[in-house]
Amino acid sequence: MSGETIISFHGISRAFGDKVVLDRVDLDVLAGEVLVILGGSGTGKSVALRQMNGLDHPDSGTVVVGGTDITRLTEEELVPVRRKVGMLFQGGALFDSMTVFENIAFPLWEHTSMTDAEIRERAVEVLSFVDLGPEVLPLLPSSLSGGMKKRVSLARTISLKPEVLLYDEPTTGLDPVTSMTINRLIVDLNTRLATTSVVVTHDINSTLYVADRIAFLMDGRFVFVGPKAEAATSTVPELRAFFEAGGTEK
Amino acid sequence: MGEFSDPIGQSVSFWRFPRTRRWSERTFFHLGGIGLLARDLARAAVSRWEFGEVLRQADRLGVQSISITNITALFTGMVLALQTAYSLSQFGGKLFVSRVVALSLCRELGPTLTALMVAARVGAGITAELGSMAVTEQVDAMRALGASPVKKLVLPRVVAVIVMMPALTLLADFLGILGGFAIAVLDLKIGASFYITTTLQSLEVHDFLHGLCKSPFFGLEIALIGCYNGLSATGGADGVGRATTTAVVVASIAVLVTDFFLTKLFMALPLGIN
Repeated sequence: MSGETIISFHGISRAFGDKVVLDRVDLDVLAGEVLVILGGSGTGKSVALRQMNGLDHPDSGTVVVGGTDITRLTEEELVPVRRKVGMLFQGGALFDSMTVFENIAFPLWEHTSMTDAEIRERAVEVLSFVDLGPEVLPLLPSSLSGGMKKRVSLARTISLKPEVLLYDEPTTGLDPVTSMTINRLIVDLNTRLATTSVVVTHDINSTLYVADRIAFLMDGRFVFVGPKAEAATSTVPELRAFFEAGGTEK
Repeated sequence: MGEFSDPIGQSVSFWRFPRTRRWSERTFFHLGGIGLLARDLARAAVSRWEFGEVLRQADRLGVQSISITNITALFTGMVLALQTAYSLSQFGGKLFVSRVVALSLCRELGPTLTALMVAARVGAGITAELGSMAVTEQVDAMRALGASPVKKLVLPRVVAVIVMMPALTLLADFLGILGGFAIAVLDLKIGASFYITTTLQSLEVHDFLHGLCKSPFFGLEIALIGCYNGLSATGGADGVGRATTTAVVVASIAVLVTDFFLTKLFMALPLGIN
């Protein structure tokens, strides 16, 4: 961790109808760290994550990514930001009609002038990062398991060598062994690719494995932001309850 | 909001009918959304087109619709011949069947029925496909990877449908006339050469153009409505189902309403296609 702020929220608010999910929220993501946004279902964790690459815009406040205020940027203006900030979606979000190779090649076709051979070489390389071999390249997403879909999706995300990786519920719906594989990948990629990671989850075991710092979201506010070691003994009872419910009081 | 004072100063609810209000809100929201999508589409259209994808969509949305539009036109031509003969025979005008069938099909029924069939098949298909992509976050993934869903998904479909509609309409015109011919010759015992001659005499280029010029407009609205409903689908499979139903209903109504205004416009303007 270099300690330099790479993403920051300043007074972010977001509401859907009458429901306020983010209420004047401040948050800094430091370069090189793995920050876990923890909280119960429906507390607005994913909404907070989607502010970081402009997939959703706040009603008020500003979002700064790498020194650029992205709050009011158009879709075209957001493209350079999105090249630097990759995102892994909850269900993988692989393109159904494309093979694994085409899925991984998609951002490369879109943003680079690499030849087909170079793209294939890059696809094999990023697949190796997620412990998959070239034999999956011709497969369609429908023939992959849930864990493989997430790994291929992760390979697609890192193919453009982003500086920040956003993970939306990366272990949801996976068995414990596959969840642990994904957790290892998050930590491993953060080190090997020298990226910054923001992980949204309500999985306490995953949090304990990957987190450098934890931001606990409740009632639209981050009621705790601090190192993992301090989270279990925090003064926030709901956060302590999370640790207790996970059976791993630390 | 929604209230005003009557002449004696009492506050009166402007929206006395909540269902009407909700319907109006939904309609304006829908129209606004389609308008914004059309604006984004116009912006995307000036960038580099992916012709390979346009051709693929032209095959999926246009070529694969030929059978359904042709069957519709063929049987419409046959029924039209039967009904026209039945009506005109009371006035001794059975021999005018060929003219009525040809003019009705080329000017009105060919383009409109083709558009309605395409709205049902293609409009539903586009909405279901893009809707399932939207609810499984594939559209968001595309945005997150720095690609434009309007350029990648909407533009090729809209262009393909606009280009294929006149071709489908022309085929439908021909098949409809052929259906009328078959009934006239086999059932109504009208001479084949007489039928063909009178059909050719009654049809002029502007009759074809009148129908053909409408079809790109129909194609544009069918594809836009389908894409908009698909991209804005939420709520899983149920949401995709609702979006698909809405798309087909709205596109069908839009075709019929647009048909009236285009007919009036073509008749009023000195374009040579009235």
